[in-house]
Amino acid sequence: MSKIYVSRDSAALAVGADEVADAILAQCTACGVDVQIVRTSTRGMLWLEPLVEVDTPEGRVGFGPVAVEDVPKLIEAGFVRGEKKHPLCLGLVEEIAYLKKQQRLTFARAGVTDPLSLADYEAHGGWAGLRRAVGMQSDAIWQAILDSGLRGRGGAAFPAGIKWRTVAQAKAPQKYVVCNADEGDSGTFADRMVIEGDPYMLIEGMAIAAISSGATRGFVYIRSEYPLAVQVLREAIAKAREAGFLGPNVLGSDKAFELEARMAAGSYVCGEETAMLESLEGKRGIVRAKPPVPALVGLFGQPTIINNVLTFAAAPTILAQGAEFYKNYGVGRSTGTLPFQLAGNIKHGGLVELAFGVTLRALVNEFGGGTASGKPVKAVQVGGPLGTYLPESQWDIPIDYEAYAKVGAVVGHGGLVVHDESADLAQLARYAMEFCAIESCGKCTPCRIGSTRGVEVIDKIVANQNRAQQVILLRDLCDTMVNGSLCAMGGMTPYPVLSALNHFPQDFGIPSDDRAAA
Amino acid sequence: MSSIPPKFSPGRSATAAPLGAPHGAPTPADIHAAVEQVLAERKQMDGALLPILHGVQERLGYIPPQAVQPIADALNLSRAEVHGVITYYHHFRSEPAGKCVVQVCRAESCRTMGGEELLAHARQKLGCHGEHGASADGAYSVEPVYCLGLCAQSPALMVGEKLHARMTAQKLDRILEAQA
Repeated sequence: MSKIYVSRDSAALAVGADEVADAILAQCTACGVDVQIVRTSTRGMLWLEPLVEVDTPEGRVGFGPVAVEDVPKLIEAGFVRGEKKHPLCLGLVEEIAYLKKQQRLTFARAGVTDPLSLADYEAHGGWAGLRRAVGMQSDAIWQAILDSGLRGRGGAAFPAGIKWRTVAQAKAPQKYVVCNADEGDSGTFADRMVIEGDPYMLIEGMAIAAISSGATRGFVYIRSEYPLAVQVLREAIAKAREAGFLGPNVLGSDKAFELEARMAAGSYVCGEETAMLESLEGKRGIVRAKPPVPALVGLFGQPTIINNVLTFAAAPTILAQGAEFYKNYGVGRSTGTLPFQLAGNIKHGGLVELAFGVTLRALVNEFGGGTASGKPVKAVQVGGPLGTYLPESQWDIPIDYEAYAKVGAVVGHGGLVVHDESADLAQLARYAMEFCAIESCGKCTPCRIGSTRGVEVIDKIVANQNRAQQVILLRDLCDTMVNGSLCAMGGMTPYPVLSALNHFPQDFGIPSDDRAAA
Repeated sequence: MSSIPPKFSPGRSATAAPLGAPHGAPTPADIHAAVEQVLAERKQMDGALLPILHGVQERLGYIPPQAVQPIADALNLSRAEVHGVITYYHHFRSEPAGKCVVQVCRAESCRTMGGEELLAHARQKLGCHGEHGASADGAYSVEPVYCLGLCAQSPALMVGEKLHARMTAQKLDRILEAQA
């Protein structure tokens, strides 16, 4: 019997993976071909979805992107036996350059395993980190995270080990571990890929954090736009608990850890950690003033480790293979790998996990294959809606947190949105302000009112009403927002706005040679 | 033996199908029953309000104003606090939506791939106007969403519970025709 693998994650379902899997099964059965269809997750080569993989003695052979209409011809061409005659054949999947050139630590299992199979997870190195952790002193665990140099992958890049240590050393009747899976940034989908594609890795990472800090309860806050991820994670938590990886005695130890998935409700600002805590407590997602930091006064007022999905997902690798192993990836103070997400107007969109130090040009051209439209790239927004638009002159900077900070850019959650030459950066800057006005929690004035004023000022600049004066006003407004906002929502909305204005003044009606005036 | 594991269906987080068809018409008794059932299941949770509101909306399709008082009583909150939470979050509705909700992504990635044109097309085609407008016959609502996380396959939208990526106006028309 042939084994055929088709993803069932959101990215594949959105382009018809269920229909393709059904058609293969029905048509193979009808002509007496015995097949078993295994639903995996995506490899992250999203332009090839629905990607159909067939087990052969030399490895998995891929076909994609497959449409339902392709199925009869594929069967005729013997794809079930791994024959490579059909034009959609991609050869051995692991030999595809896009995949082969990556350095996959976090996404090593993506697309390979059945996401909810405990046996698959175990067979591919799962639980090794947690097994080591339960045998370690708690301070040795956070020390390993600290030594690895792992920094928060949600965007703020704060050293995870320091957070874990702070919570471990705090004295409190109850401590919590909270995973921020409110992946609201446009251009990002890595968190969803982890949850839908390898949920036990997240559970393992959070359990390690719990054991290291003495936390006995955990929450995963997942956005409501990801209903499938919520469903998969709930099922994974139930299975992991039944198998003893969660519950009153984690892996038979005296450590307890109970985990729960909670659904968010469509507020972007709840990706900010303190707003997320308010939301988990059942309140409006309004940002809290810091200090106190959540590591000391967090969920329900108790010490709380809050990390992004990718941060927790890195912990099992660090515990299993050692801090040194992880630290050997990356450059300077940006250690390890980052799952970059190639999105927007791009030919080969998807997930590319590489060590820090790669350039934007390599990601967009070598991996991404340039734009989907075939037109030249004009700008790449890195780090979500609050990230900077980078013009071509900045595409050769090796991506690490410090190098990007030096040019006023942010790595953020590793999302890249590519825009071709038809993009109007003035309209995108306006959109950044408009988005901030829609999503502002309303607590601080620069964000709440500044964003609405920002839209008006940009409209006036574009309409050439007192343009020179309005440009000064816009810069002044951005300065107030950057320095006067309570959180990154208002504090970083000026990043896309000012980068658009500085690098693409012509889009605002300002002649490029008149830059000094801008 | 051929075998295929059970499929996931995106968006089906509801434990029970919304009552009434269209969503617009739960009776006071329906509302009372739904709210009491959700409260019985969830009011003991830590930070119970969001899970309760999700539960009510999953059952009724929206959170009717009559649900506010019993929820507030159960959690020892004021009506204002519950109302404040419902209206703060984009996901919660205080009024029924059209029978089929079409959510079109408006974030940067979809924008650069023609998402705005797609949104305009959907609104025009279905006769849905305004930010969260429902069509006159209550059959459809077209709403913006930020974002569906299908940014490598933009533009994206969701029709009912099903995600669709790499969309065009023609593909959307075919999907809507197949539904009708």
